Amino acid sequence: MGDTFLGYRRENGTVGVRNLIAVIPSVFCAAKVAERISQNVPGTVHFSHPVGCSQVGDDLDVTARTLIGVGRNPNFAGVVVVGLGCERFTPQELYDGIAPTGKMLEKVVIQDAGDSIKAIEIGTRMARQMQQAASLQRREEVPVGELMIGLNCGGSDTTSGLVANPALGIASDKLVGQGGSSILSELTELLGTEHILTRRAADAQVADDIMRVITAMEEHLKHQIQTSRKSRWKNLISTGNYDGGLSSVVEKSLGSMKKSGNAKFVEVFAYGDAPSKKGLVLLDGPGQDGEVTTGAAAAGAQIVCFPTGRGTPTGFPGVPVIKITGNPRTFERMKENIDINAGEVILGKKSLQEMGEEIYQEILAVASGKLSKAEVLGHDEQFCIARMP
Amino acid sequence: MIEEEFAQLAGGKNALVLDAKDNVAVALADLVAGDSCLVTEDGGRKYEVVVKEDIAFGHKFALADLAKDQGVFKYGEEIGRMKEPLAKGGWIHVHNMYCDKGMK
Repeated sequence: MGDTFLGYRRENGTVGVRNLIAVIPSVFCAAKVAERISQNVPGTVHFSHPVGCSQVGDDLDVTARTLIGVGRNPNFAGVVVVGLGCERFTPQELYDGIAPTGKMLEKVVIQDAGDSIKAIEIGTRMARQMQQAASLQRREEVPVGELMIGLNCGGSDTTSGLVANPALGIASDKLVGQGGSSILSELTELLGTEHILTRRAADAQVADDIMRVITAMEEHLKHQIQTSRKSRWKNLISTGNYDGGLSSVVEKSLGSMKKSGNAKFVEVFAYGDAPSKKGLVLLDGPGQDGEVTTGAAAAGAQIVCFPTGRGTPTGFPGVPVIKITGNPRTFERMKENIDINAGEVILGKKSLQEMGEEIYQEILAVASGKLSKAEVLGHDEQFCIARMP
Repeated sequence: MIEEEFAQLAGGKNALVLDAKDNVAVALADLVAGDSCLVTEDGGRKYEVVVKEDIAFGHKFALADLAKDQGVFKYGEEIGRMKEPLAKGGWIHVHNMYCDKGMK
């Protein structure tokens, strides 16, 4: 009998670790209305963003798929779509993208409602009704294989690659070993290690895909570096990295990669999409914290695990972010923000294996309803859709 | 309280080996040349190594004598190669290690 957690089984068979109502604007013009609707109904979350119009091609496509993906995330029992009425990514397209999940779903369009005050009223009634209906659902015991976690590190220091990421990798391997899924991303932090990543590919197709996305990211960065006017902004590896003891980009990238343990990669998937297979997967996306977490949430991740050596307080609306620091001084200072003190390995109190087990147990606890510190304090800064190219 | 623990730790002079294939350890405290350092392997095996140079927290030292162009292994993977030979207990960083892979 494998490990289990207490989650909310959804209409389409997926499992949420939270039971919230999401208020999602299809365009930035509807962001304040969405925020006000959410404020009127405590317990709901909203997703303000600066995009959804005056975009074309891949860029608009990624925005659209990401917003739909967030709406589909099983942590949300219902979604209120808020539109303006003349945007390029229409509220109906957002609605239609979420509808196949079978979850509670409504749409309010400001230009149809008459004005923003009327739209707020209509949306508030929708969210109120959904919230009450969702409150009737109970958690049930489900296999840990239903979990998908996102991996992202930010505010890194020497201890991140040394203990926090390797310990998280042990937890990730344990989850994947029981049929769960884990998403590695931050391609900018993986450059120089493609020969190692491809060795960890489950098959030749995945190896080809890994080479393709890493090469494309490297070409993209080279172009950006050529056009940068400040020489200080042309290095991938910073002075601080060298001072901290990192001697090559490969060493830095390996420290980042260690978050994903030693499991094989079964799939590479595009930003805004969800993986089609269970197991360890690679999300083709950039390295900014918010963009990584947003890509993971849009892929269906119910929880994000976030090592941070220097310490960051950020969270994501409706998706618990578990903060892990490998730096015992950072934990001492920021214990109101950081959930796990992997610095105990630095102090010699715990082994990496014991720390990995502790992180795994925290993932199960948070999946079953324990609030992460970022959730308790209302941190929701990480919602940020990646722009293309 | 945490600073006392660090002071004790510095007295303990610890270092960590992240993978069985590795030929470097990472200092978990600021080490001074001549210090006898307690190295803990991932599997739990412990042994002492005398460091030949000052090794700052987070920096690496050799667990065996290394030849010129020999691979430096951390996380079980090659992170670079030696520009010059280095004796066991010596500091490894950009001054004596090179790596051609990846953007700089």
